[in-house]
Amino acid sequence: MSDNAITGSAPGKGLRQQILMLYSRSSALDSDVVGWAFYDGTGATLHYAGDQDEAPFATGLAAMQAGWRVLQVSQLQAAMPGAEYDTSYLPFEIMLEQMVGMDEGRG
Amino acid sequence: MNDPVAKSELLTSREMALFVARGFLRFDGLVPAALNKDFMAAILAGEVASHPPGTPLADCYQGCAPIRSLLQLPRVRGIIQSLVGAAPTFDHHAIHHCPPRQTRAQDTHADSIIDTRRGAFDIQIMYYPHEVTRDMGGTRYIPGSHFRRINEMAIARYQNILGQQHVVCPAGTLLVMHHGIWHGGGCNQSDESRYMLKIRLNPTCRQTLLWNTDDLVEASVGPNAIFDADAYRHTDRVQTIFERPEKWFPLDESRLETVNRIRFWRYLVGDASFDSHYWLTRVENFSDREQSGCDQSG
Repeated sequence: MSDNAITGSAPGKGLRQQILMLYSRSSALDSDVVGWAFYDGTGATLHYAGDQDEAPFATGLAAMQAGWRVLQVSQLQAAMPGAEYDTSYLPFEIMLEQMVGMDEGRG
Repeated sequence: MNDPVAKSELLTSREMALFVARGFLRFDGLVPAALNKDFMAAILAGEVASHPPGTPLADCYQGCAPIRSLLQLPRVRGIIQSLVGAAPTFDHHAIHHCPPRQTRAQDTHADSIIDTRRGAFDIQIMYYPHEVTRDMGGTRYIPGSHFRRINEMAIARYQNILGQQHVVCPAGTLLVMHHGIWHGGGCNQSDESRYMLKIRLNPTCRQTLLWNTDDLVEASVGPNAIFDADAYRHTDRVQTIFERPEKWFPLDESRLETVNRIRFWRYLVGDASFDSHYWLTRVENFSDREQSGCDQSG
């Protein structure tokens, strides 16, 4: 694949992907959202750490009902022996996308 | 700097319990205005020199009167002594300058690398020498994140977390954080520069019962029964503080965070039997490995 095949799409035309990351309180998609991030492939908006104190959707299911497509959810992980009480990264990540035309990018 | 600190300047057991549970303590407007002004002048004049890591704090800042005076404030000495002892060492410092009209923030992270210590801990003192308004961004931090074993910037993907805090404060405010707290510099959208001094300190002693423990017995009262409603009404009890989840805790990890708080408190009070709501006592019952009370042979 040439570099042009990767970088050469015509700017300002066609569809672009928007990615919404939601972190839910449990593995259930209808549990409360406790963390979130938004990456806008249209370039119309720029989101960054600490820019919103209220989640865009109350649950992952609410995002689905608004038209977002689920791409991936976290697997359930068994605790590592000897580290059963350790906590680490947010365990329940829901990655969603929607494709939008360049004339309808929104944040 | 080595004179004894008055007991009244030390942290209380309840303040220590809040530090254990949430990973920070905040002291608004603690530093006098004249000292804040002198410190700002020292920053702008480039007079704030660092020191090699491991230098006794008592030997640091001999050439920087404002920071030396700050560290000699009785309450500041009491806070430091309560957390890392009377003779901590200097780790590093950083003068954070956020220029005006920024368009994005520093990503959320934890400092240094994965820290596998379970008891011993460093503190990071954040000193805000001037007023910080909401549009100046301030330091963003996630209460209760300090036990999580993540590696530095790996969490940059987490743009927003429910309950995140933004330091909006009067001049002279100190935020004292456990080394593991997730944080990041906020986006300064104002027309003014924002300054903050961070100093990381290391302990040189076991961090057990270093604070004013006069209230320890009174504050540490376990419930008569598990899930006893009466225990939750006493919101200033150590055990109640440890049972209080942050808004963002995953449902399955809220009790694990309580366990982490219990284990940290056991280290701080030097009592391996301390518990809250029976969480650890239950799973530390290894009666199958010991002479059983069920032995009926006699």
